[in-house]
Amino acid sequence: MAKVLMLDPEKCISCRTCELACSFKHDKEFRPSAARVNVVQFEREGISVPLMCLQCDTAACEMVCPTGALKRNDVTGALELDDEKCIRCKMCIQACPFGNIAYDSAKNRILRCDLCGGDPQCAKFCPGGAITYVEASTGTLTKKRAYAAKFKEALQEVTK
Amino acid sequence: MYGWVGQILRVNLTNGTIKKEALDMVEAKNYLGARGLGTRFWIKECDLKMDPFSEANNMIFMTGPLTGTMATNAARYNVVCKAPLTGAMAASNSGGYWGPELKYAGYDGIIIEGKSEKPVYLCINDGEVELRCAEHLWGKDVNETTDTLREETDIDAKVACIGPAGENLVKFACIMNDYTRAAGRSGVGAVMGSKKLKAIVVKGSGAVKVADPDAFLTALTKARKMVKDHPVTGQGLPAYGTQILINILDQSGGLPVNNFRDSGTFPNADATSGETLAKTYLVRNKGCMGCGIGCGRIVNVPDGPFKSFGEGPEYEAGWSFGADCGIDDLAAIIKANNYCNELGMDPITLGSTIACAFELYDIGALKEGDVGRVLRWGDAEAMVELTRMTAFREGFGDDLAEGSYRFGSKYGHPELSMTCKKQEMAAYDPRSLQGMGLSYATNNRGGCHVRGYMTAPEILGLPEKLDNLVTDGKAQWTKIFQDLTASVDAAGICLFLTFAIGAPELSEQLMAATGVEYTVEEVMKVGERIWNMERLFNLTNGFTKDDDSLPPRLLKEPVKVGPCKGSVNKLDVMLPEYYEARGWDAEGRPTPEKLQELGLQ
Repeated sequence: MAKVLMLDPEKCISCRTCELACSFKHDKEFRPSAARVNVVQFEREGISVPLMCLQCDTAACEMVCPTGALKRNDVTGALELDDEKCIRCKMCIQACPFGNIAYDSAKNRILRCDLCGGDPQCAKFCPGGAITYVEASTGTLTKKRAYAAKFKEALQEVTK
Repeated sequence: MYGWVGQILRVNLTNGTIKKEALDMVEAKNYLGARGLGTRFWIKECDLKMDPFSEANNMIFMTGPLTGTMATNAARYNVVCKAPLTGAMAASNSGGYWGPELKYAGYDGIIIEGKSEKPVYLCINDGEVELRCAEHLWGKDVNETTDTLREETDIDAKVACIGPAGENLVKFACIMNDYTRAAGRSGVGAVMGSKKLKAIVVKGSGAVKVADPDAFLTALTKARKMVKDHPVTGQGLPAYGTQILINILDQSGGLPVNNFRDSGTFPNADATSGETLAKTYLVRNKGCMGCGIGCGRIVNVPDGPFKSFGEGPEYEAGWSFGADCGIDDLAAIIKANNYCNELGMDPITLGSTIACAFELYDIGALKEGDVGRVLRWGDAEAMVELTRMTAFREGFGDDLAEGSYRFGSKYGHPELSMTCKKQEMAAYDPRSLQGMGLSYATNNRGGCHVRGYMTAPEILGLPEKLDNLVTDGKAQWTKIFQDLTASVDAAGICLFLTFAIGAPELSEQLMAATGVEYTVEEVMKVGERIWNMERLFNLTNGFTKDDDSLPPRLLKEPVKVGPCKGSVNKLDVMLPEYYEARGWDAEGRPTPEKLQELGLQ
């Protein structure tokens, strides 16, 4: 069973360690502007949301790519970019409805998550458990439980 | 270039010039960065005996070689200048995201010279740097200033700025970055205000590289695991923040109460504790860039007279506005702390100054006519209102804005100012923690807990438990803690790490990052060099052995209650031992041999 990245913004402490780990894994340097994951910070509200590509099954980026540069890795489930085939047309960036693909003008390349070949560094170093890499069913079930618990509390309140 | 990015920005506010200079690598290797290298550059370029508000007082914003990397909690930068509160060297340390962003923009530091006639802000977008008009921002608080600047530059830009307190030259004004992180102590915000520099906005898209990526990954992974596995950094601080210390210090009998007059324990300490905060107003915790701890507190007081939203308090503010003023109302403490964040003031100095006012009123040295209201211990509403008034120097706030030493002197009682070198001590009573007292007294920037945190061995038992009431061995321990802390600060990492990691882990990360042979011995040597350099600055500025002191109360009046009842601080025993451990003469002056050993002739 394939693993998936699960995001839990409630646990995000806004440290952006994921951005550091991501850029270091891919480029051996610390450059958050070239990270495939971003923590979107709403400082005045005290909320931070980590976001990155979650590898759509039917992916707009893959469909729009004119050269077939995006290929699914059957083991990890990640859509991986073949840099040789990529013509930097940036259509994938336009097509992604989530803004999870970026263009790095300094190095003339497309930035998107490749799940680090099955060992995503963002999840590995996330100190708060806001990004985890888990079996798909386990991940969703945990989330389901958390929300179900809120229903449970509400129902208990009503039946008091 | 590894670790460092190799470039310094020099901005002259008097004539509006901006220059980019190569980083002096000889100095960088000797002083690392941040507090060390910033101080070194300041001393090389400035007249030591100047007035802190003079045009010639350079302000240096400096990162360390680890800042912006994934080394454990490497988010720090320092602001170095001559301090208006103390007349000593100020090096105020802050976290957040601003320091790393400066390195991504391509600069290890910024040297600000001169004074502008009109309010300006400095805007940095990678290689593009310009001074811009800030007249529309003058008078605005930190939140409004930061929001406005991000709207007019880049929504993701990082902003360091002053609030009204800095503009009004409050002697303990902070520089706030990323809304709620502060270069907090000694009044660096007032120096920025005197230069009419409202803010520095930074956006960077570049990289920090390291010399040996594989070794660096190994070193940081090991250090991060130690931080995660340690009960203080892995459990206590994430769950309860630094406010976890309230109950610990209270139970140990080391909590200063009512301006240190009724010290030992505070009857309702738990009402202001980190545990209570977690059960009441805490929304979630927060970390700085690359942090594995997350001691920051996002808090919300939803209603009532002290309704507010923001971050903190951390332990020192929780104490200064709490037990030190006889206050046990957590919502009021949060409100005062949020004022400090929004208006840009140091809550340690301010809370302690208000406590001094409460005591002066109590003994009749201060009258209702002086203050404009009645003051009494535990009055939360008064404390919060005085906090606001101080930022604007409104009414009696104008007196408080000078800090407790000048304020106490004005009303005839400098001895009731709980300061060392005119800077207020933090939340550890030197009568109950002998070593912490020595650390305060000998601290180069005056009363301050983060430059030799003897609380770690004396109360927390880290790295081993020392008897807090004895003086034996405290001189040597204090020296080691001071030297290690100087290196930690200069490297650009967070001091809280040292609960879990030590010089070996700092050495491993520094060597892999920079490619320079920073052995454990060299790490300690750099720290000692920084400490002695700061000492020389103070001596040249007229400080003497007599300034290595504590307020007389702590040497004469015993602790009143709790496990340390009856104790006074025995500084006279420890000080000669400390000078000897440091290789200084009997007057506290570094010997020529020591200076030669450190390369400081």
